Amino acid sequence: MSNGGNYLLEGLRRLGSVALFLLQLLGQSVLALGRPSLLIAQIYNAGARSLIIIMLSGLFVGMVLGLQGYDLLQRFGSEEALGIAAALGLLRELAPVVTALLFAGRAGTALTSEIGLMRATDQLTAMEIMAVDPLRYVAAPRFLGGVIAMPLLTAIFSLIGLYGAQLVGVQLMGVDRGTFWSQTQGAVQLHDVSEGMVKSLVFGVACSLIAVHEGYHAEPTAEGVGLATTRTVVASSVLTLLLDYVLTAAFL
Amino acid sequence: MRDVHYAIGGRQIFTGLDLTVRRGRITAIMGPSGGGKTTLLKLITGQVFADRGSVRVFGQDVAALGRRAVYALRQRLGLLFQNGALLTDMDVFDNVAFPVREHSDLPETLIRKLVLTKLQAVGLRGAAHLMPAELSGGMARRVALARAIVMDPEMLMYDEPFVGLDPISLGVILRLIKQMNSALGITSIVVSHDVKELATIADESHLLLDGRIAASGTPEQLRTSGSPAVHQFMTGDAEGPVAFNYPATDFTQQLLAESDE
Repeated sequence: MSNGGNYLLEGLRRLGSVALFLLQLLGQSVLALGRPSLLIAQIYNAGARSLIIIMLSGLFVGMVLGLQGYDLLQRFGSEEALGIAAALGLLRELAPVVTALLFAGRAGTALTSEIGLMRATDQLTAMEIMAVDPLRYVAAPRFLGGVIAMPLLTAIFSLIGLYGAQLVGVQLMGVDRGTFWSQTQGAVQLHDVSEGMVKSLVFGVACSLIAVHEGYHAEPTAEGVGLATTRTVVASSVLTLLLDYVLTAAFL
Repeated sequence: MRDVHYAIGGRQIFTGLDLTVRRGRITAIMGPSGGGKTTLLKLITGQVFADRGSVRVFGQDVAALGRRAVYALRQRLGLLFQNGALLTDMDVFDNVAFPVREHSDLPETLIRKLVLTKLQAVGLRGAAHLMPAELSGGMARRVALARAIVMDPEMLMYDEPFVGLDPISLGVILRLIKQMNSALGITSIVVSHDVKELATIADESHLLLDGRIAASGTPEQLRTSGSPAVHQFMTGDAEGPVAFNYPATDFTQQLLAESDE
């Protein structure tokens, strides 16, 4: 068979394996809800420990948005619309996407390498021998923790980003504070917020699934865990951007 | 185990393996590295299944059991990993308590007593608060042993328990294996290539060569065996029916051929 055919087959095989893994995970996730202590630990790991990077990035993305938006809008003499531009841009697009990309780099890699190393050091096998299903004990809480953490991080990103845009627009460039906030308040609809939340939920499922899947099926060697971690970042990032296009088209 | 055939990736590991392990005894499985000793344990614990033949544990055919039944069976087994395989995100105490917490609703005070008793048995009660990364190889293995016996298994399997230990740790592990067997009546299977160590504790020994049991008997019987392959393994000669050298062309010819280029 030709090389292209082999790649196609391999791609399909991987896709099938990920889909099967998702079904297993969803089944186990229901049970993982019954173990809140495990789940909370993972929400802390994926969520709380990503807070600083999310908040810093949110602030700077918002500030850049304030600068660029002001520069663009003042050409048309409508710089008071800066609040709308920043709020809609953040809520619908930038917050979910940038949060997902950062999540893949910060939490996704940590998940993959942690689970991969547990595989490499026989910890997962040891659990199986002790009649504890590692899918339930290790994989499901981490998957679910990521899915729950992502929308929360996205919300925080939006909030801080908006504050950053206000900081630059109002304090630095002199847009009227009252206009900035009242315009924002008037323009943002519930469906703008829900678009961002739906996106972040989908990205949360995609990024967590990839991270846990790659770790769980990593080659049990130092090289294998390294490769799996790389694959997590690459696959999560590309998939996030691809899904973003699909979701944006669906919402318009 | 009856007539077990098993292959991974086209390579035959077992070709008609027959093995009986008797209750309450220490059975040693010896064999060269890569000879399928660890795979044998995987067959017993239901991690892999035989291509042909049957593996019966406590009278149950492992391959015929469902997932739930395999898990139930594993609760009656203990396996000691070569590297200990302790969970690195919890301390020694929690590692030993892990199976109990997962499989029972015992109150924490009782778990504490139980775990400390098991740690005392391996001489590491004082190390309960340490993390696995702070343990030496021998200590990690003893903690893993405490974890393996915390659910009071009927059968304990040891995967290469003597590798890389200093003489003192080695002596301790040997004594522990013997103790577990005599004091608790646990059926023990020790998989190893350390002939000398095994001879001091094993009731019966089996030599695994070329995918089947080449010889069985007490360690003494194996040592005086007439079979050249068995004799070679027991005495550690490089020359004999079991080749030390990986198959290759003649060394002189290869050297001469490469210097011509």
